[in-house]
Amino acid sequence: MIGVISHHSYLYGNLTARENLLFYGRLYQIPNLEERVDEVIAEVGLNLFFNDPVRVFSRGMQQRLAIARAILHNPRILFLDEPHTGLDQQAIGLLNSVLKGLKDQRRTVVMITHDLDVGLTMSDEILILSKGLVRYYGPSSEIGGLAELRELYLEKVGGRK
Amino acid sequence: MNQFLASVKAIVWKDLKAEFRTKEMLSSMLIFAFLVIVTFSFAFNPTLESIKQILPGIIWVAFLFSGILGLNRSFLSEHNNESIQGLMLAPVDRSAIYFGKVVSNFCLTTLIEAVSLPIFLILFDFNYSASWFWLTVVVVSGTFGFVAVGTFLAALASNTRSSEVLLPIILFPIIIPVVIGSVEMTKLLFAGGGLAEIATWLRVIAVFDVVFLVIPFLLFEYLLEA
Amino acid sequence: MSVNGARNVLGGATFVALLVALYMVFIFAPLPANVSDFPEVQKILYFHVSVAWIEFLAFFVVFVGSIAYLKTRSRRWDVLAAASAEIGIVYCSLVLLTGPVWAKAAWNVWWTWDPRLTTTLILWFIYVAYLLIRNSAEEDEKRARFAAVFGIIGFVDVPIVFMAIRWWRTIHPLIFEGGNVGLSPKMTATLLVSIAAFTLLYFYFLVIRLNIAKLRLEVTQVKEELRAEL
Repeated sequence: MIGVISHHSYLYGNLTARENLLFYGRLYQIPNLEERVDEVIAEVGLNLFFNDPVRVFSRGMQQRLAIARAILHNPRILFLDEPHTGLDQQAIGLLNSVLKGLKDQRRTVVMITHDLDVGLTMSDEILILSKGLVRYYGPSSEIGGLAELRELYLEKVGGRK
Repeated sequence: MNQFLASVKAIVWKDLKAEFRTKEMLSSMLIFAFLVIVTFSFAFNPTLESIKQILPGIIWVAFLFSGILGLNRSFLSEHNNESIQGLMLAPVDRSAIYFGKVVSNFCLTTLIEAVSLPIFLILFDFNYSASWFWLTVVVVSGTFGFVAVGTFLAALASNTRSSEVLLPIILFPIIIPVVIGSVEMTKLLFAGGGLAEIATWLRVIAVFDVVFLVIPFLLFEYLLEA
Repeated sequence: MSVNGARNVLGGATFVALLVALYMVFIFAPLPANVSDFPEVQKILYFHVSVAWIEFLAFFVVFVGSIAYLKTRSRRWDVLAAASAEIGIVYCSLVLLTGPVWAKAAWNVWWTWDPRLTTTLILWFIYVAYLLIRNSAEEDEKRARFAAVFGIIGFVDVPIVFMAIRWWRTIHPLIFEGGNVGLSPKMTATLLVSIAAFTLLYFYFLVIRLNIAKLRLEVTQVKEELRAEL
């Protein structure tokens, strides 16, 4: 099974963080649900807020809860669709540390982003897509730095800014 | 099967919990039903004997108009934050989503009806002397048909622009049999009748309820494709 | 025979049939015997009944097209359903216009709550709903899917609506009954020819409308190709 984090949070505003996770947990039929929910909430650092309704969460907090929801059922593969959209610097930092944690847990993370900086720093491999075709695929260690990536990107995507 | 029922249960729990936290929709529906009745009271003098003739009609108009408010909202919460996609990503049968929504909409609508019906009877000074059991059966069976096809069409409308305007237009022609049957049965009960009198209409509504639970159940997955 | 050729034959046949029908309605068919004032009004029946059955035929085609589209996902079924709905609502509207005219002239009331006419009224609303859904969905694929789903729901509803209205009318009977006039053999023949003529007309409209859709699609494709080259 896969986990998905999009720039939509898929959360229910009127339910608390805990209730949102309990709901999704039931759909996935996760055993020992209550413990697992407490576990992931702690993992994304939202322990203090688990009884607050999601509509009072900031965007950064919602994103973190979305991650908790996505890893609840222990997926081997995670898809992230522009997860940094709309986050301030502090939230981005928090998100990235959580994402690093996910990598350490040996999950495969596929992240779609237009932010070359984030892509370069966070990833092990980079794939550039344009007009539905793969234009480049290789380890990020082979790319010297952000400037090189930017040039490579612009070249592969056909010079469009 | 277990998974199916578990999903349905989870969805119903989620919907009801969210609604009871704010009670936004419930209160709007109740106020609206009440407003419809009060407006009718001014439009038709409530002390005339003839009110007994049109009272069943007024009651069902109030039920259906306030019911449609609830139906509209039921999929609104799924489109905030695109939660519907979250549901589709989970290993949940699409039809379980439909069933779950039908059940939660049914619970909310009948709750409103149970609260508002006594108020209507008081407002029109109507002494209901026949069987409350059969009146409940009539209200429940009519509401169920309305909610079954209404939930389905609400899901359809919520995916289009101008959804609030579209839903009444596409729903009301379809539920004409429910309107006719429920009003007739209510009329018969108000006049002191019982099962014998309402039996034929009950059959019509039963057919409607079954048809418009099964067909949407089969077609729901076509609505939810990404 | 080429498609164009077949279409022209159909057109020709329709034209001839309509001419024959008009002749039969106005010249061949006798006036009704027992009607005293304005017996000519009875002739509306030939148009009213002919057009009436087609509103159901057209919606049946919508129903078939809807199911076929959901099963095959082939656009042509969606186009067929849409075309039939557009023609069907016109026929439906004609029934709703001729009905009251006839009723007013024959029984001095505009609307008689006759079960068939009332069902037609509801069917008209269902047609409107179907076309409105087609208008409100934004992408082609969604539009076809949603319309197909509603086409099925609407079609299944019509018999139940008819049943309910008919029962309802037996409880609330009105003084005059519409629709059951005794027909002499000449009148029956006229009626059958009228029905045939209007049915041919429906199919002719359908074929033309399908052709327009095909041409429209071709134009769109050419536009896309031009756009891609820019």
